[in-house]
Amino acid sequence: MALLQISEPGKSTDPHQHRFAAGIDLGTTNSLVASVRSGSADTLPDEQGRHLLPSVVRYTADGAPEVGQAAKLQAAHDPLNTIISVKRFMGRGVDDILTLGSMLPYEFIASESGMPLINTASGPRSPVQVSADILLELKRRTESTLGGDLSGVVITVPAYFDEAQRQATKDAGTLAGLKVLRLINEPTAAAVAYGLDRKADGVIAVYDLGGGTFDISILRLNQGVFEVLATAGDTALGGDDLDREIARWIMQQAGIGNAVDHALQRRLLDAACAAKEQLSEADEVELGVALDDGSQWHGSLSRQQMNELLEPLVRKTLAPCRRCLRDAGLRAGDITEVVMVGGSTRVPRVRSAVAEFFGREPLAEIDPDKVVAIGAAVQADMLVGNKPDEEMLLLDVIPLSLGIETMGGLTEKIVPRNTTIPVARAQEFTTFKDGQTAIALHVVQGERELVDDCRSLARFELRDIPPMTAGAARIRVTFQVDADGLLSVTALEQTSGAQAHIEVKPSYGLSDHEIESMLRASMESAGEDLQARRLREQQVEADRVLEALQSALQQDGDRLLDSQERAAIDAAAQALREVRDATDHQAIRRAVERVEAASAPYVERRMNASIQRAMAGHGVDEFK
Amino acid sequence: MSSVLAQNHFEIFSLPQSYALDRALLDARYRELQRAFHPDRFASAGDHERRVSIQQAAQINEAYQVLKDPLRRGQYLLELRGKVINDEQDTHQDPVFLMQQIELREALGEVRGLPDPLAALETLATDIRNQYAELQAALQLALDAGDDAAGEALVLVRRMQFFTRLQEEVQALEADLEDELF
Repeated sequence: MALLQISEPGKSTDPHQHRFAAGIDLGTTNSLVASVRSGSADTLPDEQGRHLLPSVVRYTADGAPEVGQAAKLQAAHDPLNTIISVKRFMGRGVDDILTLGSMLPYEFIASESGMPLINTASGPRSPVQVSADILLELKRRTESTLGGDLSGVVITVPAYFDEAQRQATKDAGTLAGLKVLRLINEPTAAAVAYGLDRKADGVIAVYDLGGGTFDISILRLNQGVFEVLATAGDTALGGDDLDREIARWIMQQAGIGNAVDHALQRRLLDAACAAKEQLSEADEVELGVALDDGSQWHGSLSRQQMNELLEPLVRKTLAPCRRCLRDAGLRAGDITEVVMVGGSTRVPRVRSAVAEFFGREPLAEIDPDKVVAIGAAVQADMLVGNKPDEEMLLLDVIPLSLGIETMGGLTEKIVPRNTTIPVARAQEFTTFKDGQTAIALHVVQGERELVDDCRSLARFELRDIPPMTAGAARIRVTFQVDADGLLSVTALEQTSGAQAHIEVKPSYGLSDHEIESMLRASMESAGEDLQARRLREQQVEADRVLEALQSALQQDGDRLLDSQERAAIDAAAQALREVRDATDHQAIRRAVERVEAASAPYVERRMNASIQRAMAGHGVDEFK
Repeated sequence: MSSVLAQNHFEIFSLPQSYALDRALLDARYRELQRAFHPDRFASAGDHERRVSIQQAAQINEAYQVLKDPLRRGQYLLELRGKVINDEQDTHQDPVFLMQQIELREALGEVRGLPDPLAALETLATDIRNQYAELQAALQLALDAGDDAAGEALVLVRRMQFFTRLQEEVQALEADLEDELF
């Protein structure tokens, strides 16, 4: 409960209590975890001192999955069971994945819900499960480094991720047993890492070329508030594509046709990636690839040649840059800082193209691989309450318009792209036939006019509309997007009160029930007692609620509550204290909910009192 | 004590209910309010508080979007005065204005065929921006004059809608041209 946060920003009930929090950059190629320790945020290495965890999971017939470097080393030998770049499949259907390219070595099967599953030696695995295995590895690393349980994490996603991709990422966190405090956009996290370092107000452009995604965001930083003005990008363009371009060139040079097996594909991509990395420093590199007939191909590639190969891809990133500037209502000259994120921004041609476009040298003091995780760690530390005095606030936007299908397969936009979140918007619709008693709603995301060109998010039905003449019903559809960019939709027929509500679950996502049962299975295999864990979590929650309530009541309980309301709250709190030390976690949960329900009007009054204080305390001049 | 949810957009920011707006003050108060109400301030709060916080933060965002946009601010002020702006039913427009709109649209349609389309588009966009600014100034006078000039204010708002749509088309064309040229 945050009762105390409202009345006394900057005061924690227990200032000595430090909670463990972490920021996780769940990347296409590599993942990282960072945490704030002794006041400064840094990434956490594994026991061998490696900070980057390759986002690679290998499934074997027996035993736990291998994650990271060990799995990556096996990729060329065991391509079918070694899942690389799983982020590209998050929130996608099988059809989407097949359009990603012919170079994918995996065997995909569609589950009943349409969610793609990859056939592995351990059985079918969904992209959400594979991502959860990566997160679990980072969780273990963090908890053993920090020496305690994590209270919560912030996971970063590409700014251009749609609703389905965000939901899939959050599900992966839940599946890994993490409390996901927030999903934040990768460029925003990078801006936080730089912004807090420099403390300079201005307009920041973040150019983020990750392994599999490209994002550009423009933010205004003003006294600790990071306001995202616009964001654009391409979720299917990244460093992997640069590697692929070079791999194709090797195939041409070596006279290899298109019919290459998975293992050779992997060797080609590895050689390409190594060449790309070396050419950031060297002017020319020697290349060698073992071919299937046992021979070895040798060749050399110059930086100039590579630049020419990569030029079309580099150009392709500039179109979203132009659109982002336009959406922000700015010109390149208005940008005061350019921040580079992602390993691919080490490629010299990428840097020079960005410098030309914005007319200024980009910043690269913070390691472009680590900057996102560091920014996320700063945000996570704040969200768990370790920095009550911090003035930082992130105001993000939705990257793609949300709308609804109307007659003729057209899209009606309800929330346009680049709208600041959280946001709630409503639109009225009506029936088109006499006596129509139900209406089907189809929620879509995207910029195109035709529904078929947009991403389908969910379908649901509003029933029990009383029969009326066509056009007489007034159906109000409300879209609410929370701070994570996740959507819920409510439809209400206003004359009858018929109502339908859904949390949007993407067409090929997981149901809450599926997540719960997978979580149970993974904990059992990890030897954890789920019941004990749930109980511990609920007791911590109960303590927090009681503590916050007590502190709030002491401050203004007498002023804001009448005796009846106070008695109801006290009774609910007493009931909670009574079940706190028993062993039924569900009873504690219910008691917590009753305390929250009883104190709901009180919470609202405190919020309003707090806003009035916030505004009243300031003279007009102070704001100028 | 009135809830944020029950206040009108001007009240939320403690700003006078007028068309003239101190943008710097609006921005500063917006940041101040979001600092207090954003869901990040309630990350470890109960479900109910989080819900209330999302609603209030959404309301503050909505109010900010409306007030900072010259057209939406004008429409909103008219709504507060009980004047309904009906998109379907065209407010009477002077034929000179309509003729001018047709000409601007024709000019926009011809940009693509010109030797330097981006420069031509920029000239046209500047012209449109200037005319929009003039409408804004006129709307401010009409709204300040109170209910007597409400009819005029409605006509001006309707004209600003024409220009807003035109500006959107300019932007879309600019995007297409840039993608083709670069």
